[in-house]
Amino acid sequence: MLEINNLSKSYATPDGPLLALRDVSVRVNKGDVFGFIGLSGAGKTSLARCVSVLEKADAGEILLNGLDLTKLKGGALRNARRKMGMVFQHFNLLMNATIFENVAFPLRIAGRKKDKIRARVLELLEVVGLSDKANTYPATLSGGQKQRVGIARALAAEPELVICDEATSALDPDTTRSILALLKQIGAATGVTFLVITHEMDVIKTLCSHVAVMEGGQIIEQGKVIDVLTHPQTETARRFFAKDHSEEGWFKAVQEKRIGRHIFRAVFIGESARKSFIHDVIRRFDIKLSILSGSIESVSGTMVGSLILEIKGDEPLLAQAMAYFRENGVEIEEIEELHNA
Amino acid sequence: MPDAGFFELVFAREWDDLARSLTGNINMTFENYLAHLQRTLPQATIDTIYMVSFASLFAVLFGIIVGMTLYVTQPSGIYALPKFNRLLGAIINIGRSIPFVVLIILVFPLSRVIVGTSIGRTASIVPLTIAAIPFMSRVIEAALNELGRGIIEAAVAAGASPSQIIFRVVLPESAPGLVSGFTLTIINLITFSAMAGVIGGGGLGHIAHSYGVARFRTDMLVYTIIILVVLVQIIQAVGQYISRRLDKR
Ligand SMILES: Nc1ncnc2c1ncn2[C@@H]1O[C@H](COP(=O)(O)OP(=O)(O)OP(=O)(O)O)[C@@H](O)[C@H]1O
Ligand SMILES: [Mg+2]
Repeated sequence: MLEINNLSKSYATPDGPLLALRDVSVRVNKGDVFGFIGLSGAGKTSLARCVSVLEKADAGEILLNGLDLTKLKGGALRNARRKMGMVFQHFNLLMNATIFENVAFPLRIAGRKKDKIRARVLELLEVVGLSDKANTYPATLSGGQKQRVGIARALAAEPELVICDEATSALDPDTTRSILALLKQIGAATGVTFLVITHEMDVIKTLCSHVAVMEGGQIIEQGKVIDVLTHPQTETARRFFAKDHSEEGWFKAVQEKRIGRHIFRAVFIGESARKSFIHDVIRRFDIKLSILSGSIESVSGTMVGSLILEIKGDEPLLAQAMAYFRENGVEIEEIEELHNA
Repeated sequence: MPDAGFFELVFAREWDDLARSLTGNINMTFENYLAHLQRTLPQATIDTIYMVSFASLFAVLFGIIVGMTLYVTQPSGIYALPKFNRLLGAIINIGRSIPFVVLIILVFPLSRVIVGTSIGRTASIVPLTIAAIPFMSRVIEAALNELGRGIIEAAVAAGASPSQIIFRVVLPESAPGLVSGFTLTIINLITFSAMAGVIGGGGLGHIAHSYGVARFRTDMLVYTIIILVVLVQIIQAVGQYISRRLDKR
């Protein structure tokens, strides 16, 4: 569907060229919701802008269904762009046009017939829940409603690919949740492919099927969200995906030596999240186990449980207990960083 | 302090010349011409409106073309031509730095070619238009630049062509700013037209000058000023109203 090969992009600055993307390669299949996460300046926006050809890449290719976007010009480029929809952080709506006209914009420039446009726009306004706002102007809408218009506009011309660059970053948490839910629902209903640019972990967890972690203009890690989340390979990915425990009560307790230092993190994925391993382990092995903290969340539709455990017992028993956990698909490891705390 | 009679004495011959050349009547004296003007105050108002209307119309037309050209050819524009843009900018700056009084005299020959004469209300339209185009262009350029890059990029990303961007995005979105710019230019043109009136351009400026300055007829001076003030107020109010109505932000 979308294949990016060895893409590089630099900007001319007074201090010489600034390399914003270096040798980026990624493959997105039809129906994927592919997230790109990274710290500020990692090159996420540059990547999104290269794909929508708002920015010209220096080298590499961007194949959209086999068509190299970097080689297109004029009418051919415009036609390719009409197959992509874009959702912006700051909405970028026509302020002097009604909601209806905003959503109709991509259809009008593509020269669709009037009655077809009308039907499609009304259908989309229904989907994003703004049917009653068709004839009002964007200035009268809230941020969340404006972004719904942005989403409807991006979807209007039935694109194959929708690019969202920080689509929820200007919105409050509640509105963010409702927009993510809307995008998820649209993805499920239409099977459209999404590129989701964000610096928020929650967006990746709730919306994306795949994720690429970016740093310094490169993709340093990519794969299914559940894999990258549970087995981050790089320090940056770990920092994004692993929880920061230093603010939690038990962490302080360890530091103040109120409890021992053998603290474990156990991760239960999918089916194993529902089983009663803790109970089994305590029954089978003569160890003391207390739960210091725990959470269960849904990551791209899979349940992921995470427990912080303090385990006391003889070394061999401890090892056996570990082995038992691992045999049953629970990932468990001692939190090493506490030893240096 | 010399009295009015002194000025009359000094300028009388020239004023009679002016009266003769304006009316094309060799027996015309300035005194008779003033009587004629007093009867024609309403006509002078119409002349001013006539000059300003046509000059505004042409200034808006050319101003939109030049202003839009400046806007699209700027380095970050949708049709970037940085060198051409700088050249055009320089020409506009030169146009704006020529004092209007000088410009009127400079374009006398051009007026003669275009409208067949270099004096009178129709002839004045030529220098007025030429004076207003550079100003109008800059005002329009500024109004267009008020638009954020974001909305243009949204249109580009949606696959809009440059002409679709101009007619479906840039012009409708900047309409309120454009109308404010037109208003500003029209009001400037009223001031300019008064100046043109001094140099044989006709209209209210001509009356103000002939009576007010040459004859110290304060009453006539006050009339013309009142009419000019009313014109400016009406144009400003109408312009503001339209601009507000167009603005949905
Ligand atoms: N138009 C530009 N001109 C010059 N440098 C730019 C330009 N756009 C981006 N950059 C630089 O390129 C690098 C990558 O920027 P980019 O906007 O792609 O990062 P990002 O990952 O989207 O960051 P953020 O999370 O802050 O949006 C940064 O160092 C940035 O300063
Ligand atoms: Mg960005």
